[in-house]
Amino acid sequence: MLSSVRTLWYTFLHLFQPNVTVQYPDEMPYLAPRYRGRIVLTRDPDGEERCVSCNLCAVACPVDCISLQKTEHEGRWYPEFFRINFSRCIFCGFCEEACPTYAIQLTPDFEMSEYNRQNLVYEKEDLLISGTGKYPDYNFYRVSGLAIPGKDKGEAEHERPPIDVRALLP
Amino acid sequence: MSVPHEILAGLLNIVLGLAFLLVVAALLTWVERRLLGFFQDRPGPNRVGPFGILQVAADGIKLLFKQDWIPPFADAGVFVLAPAIAMVTVMLAMAIIPATPAIGIIGNLNIGVLFFLAMSGLGVYSVVLAGWSSNNKFSLLGGMRAAAQMVSYEVFMGLALLGVVMLAGSFNLTDIVHGQRHMWYVVPQFLGCIIFFLGGIAETHRLPFDLPEGESELGAGFHTEYSGMKFGMFFVGEYIGIMLVSAMTTVLFLGGWYGPILPPFMWFGIKTGLLVCFFILLRAALPRPRYDQFMAFGWKLLLPLTLLNILVTGALMLGLPAST
Amino acid sequence: MNATFDLSAIIAVLATVMMITRASAVHALLYLTVSLLAVAMVFFVLGAPFAAALEVIIYAGAIMVLFVFVVMMLNIGDEAAALERAWLKPSIWIGPSVLALLLAIELGALAATGGLARPAGVVVDVQAVGIALVGPYMLAVEIASFLLLAALVAAFHLGRAVMKGA
Repeated sequence: MLSSVRTLWYTFLHLFQPNVTVQYPDEMPYLAPRYRGRIVLTRDPDGEERCVSCNLCAVACPVDCISLQKTEHEGRWYPEFFRINFSRCIFCGFCEEACPTYAIQLTPDFEMSEYNRQNLVYEKEDLLISGTGKYPDYNFYRVSGLAIPGKDKGEAEHERPPIDVRALLP
Repeated sequence: MSVPHEILAGLLNIVLGLAFLLVVAALLTWVERRLLGFFQDRPGPNRVGPFGILQVAADGIKLLFKQDWIPPFADAGVFVLAPAIAMVTVMLAMAIIPATPAIGIIGNLNIGVLFFLAMSGLGVYSVVLAGWSSNNKFSLLGGMRAAAQMVSYEVFMGLALLGVVMLAGSFNLTDIVHGQRHMWYVVPQFLGCIIFFLGGIAETHRLPFDLPEGESELGAGFHTEYSGMKFGMFFVGEYIGIMLVSAMTTVLFLGGWYGPILPPFMWFGIKTGLLVCFFILLRAALPRPRYDQFMAFGWKLLLPLTLLNILVTGALMLGLPAST
Repeated sequence: MNATFDLSAIIAVLATVMMITRASAVHALLYLTVSLLAVAMVFFVLGAPFAAALEVIIYAGAIMVLFVFVVMMLNIGDEAAALERAWLKPSIWIGPSVLALLLAIELGALAATGGLARPAGVVVDVQAVGIALVGPYMLAVEIASFLLLAALVAAFHLGRAVMKGA
């Protein structure tokens, strides 16, 4: 009985505490940079697409909302198409964690309502942004050992020249 | 032509009184949601109109334009009758409240207290019949809980009133308020006041005693099948019920319209309003008791206490005749 | 005042007739409640507000609710309604109806010849009822209280949880 009265008193005191609500459309809430919102595809600092269509994101996706097709151009791999069905996406961020090249990233934007469900299927043109996202300096082809036009094996950052296995000299 | 004038004035009084009641009951839905919001550190409905006050209108429009649906398995006649009973009984009971000697519909009724008890007794039918006619297991369970709860708590409520009636020597609410000119009856009848208020919460089946509705176990209890304005009528009935219990507590225990400086009707309004806010605080703070605990609390604790209260009041009145 | 009285009385009689002829138990109980309310109104018009209030509180507000409660718990379905209809044969109701008709004719004759005095219009207030209860009817009240006490003890005994092995 006494505890009920105590509860009443504490609840009454909440009348004089400030509201925690953020009046959303008038007042935007603070969203951390690592907030898991709309998914984007980023480019490396040189302006090339980061995605190498390894399909790891599509595999990691628990709701199977990502689909893509690999294509190749001058030794680099690109997605021919890259499609995310946002009406299925649960914004878990597994794709971002799976991505070996920091290409797929989640952004602090959640305002993506549509009247037509079909409009929630985003194609590569809708997903690809011109910036680098959360990792401004990373460039996959510059740190990987893969040879591409303009960069041979051994010329990547922190990479020693390849060892000539036929030379016996130490 | 004097008689028609009187009748016209009486009708005008009734119509204005009921319109006022309905408006306040509608506003109360907004007040409750706002206040509940503040108790929970959030603003509540604040988008429609200034301070969100037009939420009332928005809700009303929504309820009115919903399809008026009667389930095919329901007993149609009784199904329609039940919400009407819910609203009519509390509004009739509201008629006997004297806000001031001049304001009120029949504030001077010589069996005022009994009329209130009679109407709250008839109010049971609304929930019982709603539960039965919905022809749905959860509704029926809600209706049966409501019947048991309201019939039981009516007893304690009536008995708790008797202390006041004994002190005032009248069932007339205006006389009862006059009797509190020097001291509010809440002082000599503190126990009676508490028990009356608890009984009032149970009568209006408000939280924490909303066992007939019990969302967590019964869906929505007796009004599971109701939608649109019939559902709205239950709600208007419930809110007028809150006002009724608050106003009755004010009249019986808190000195009615008596108070310094401010005009009488303002004192009545302030006291009633604070009690209504207390109802909302109770809703915000307390969990619902289990059904058997609730009935045991009534019959094993409140009933002996009320009887003791009457006994002691009577004995003191006999022993100290000068004080009354 | 007379119009109110007549109206209430007619409603009471009609509601009672409806109550007898309903097949659904809950509908019948509802008509009975209406009849009780009409009787309460008759009491009020006759100058017995206390009796009227008690009629509503106790009969309509408590006893009938218990009836409805029990009927609800019994889950009476369509078969019961059909049975009710089968029971309501002319051979059953014709006897009581003729007797009731005779009474009604007698009442009508009395009213026509002016044998019915209009109610005196003395208001029996609460104090008068209370004084009557503890004065001339003291014995009846005490006997009733014995009965209620016995009922209370019996209800307590029956409602007690049965011990295991007892």
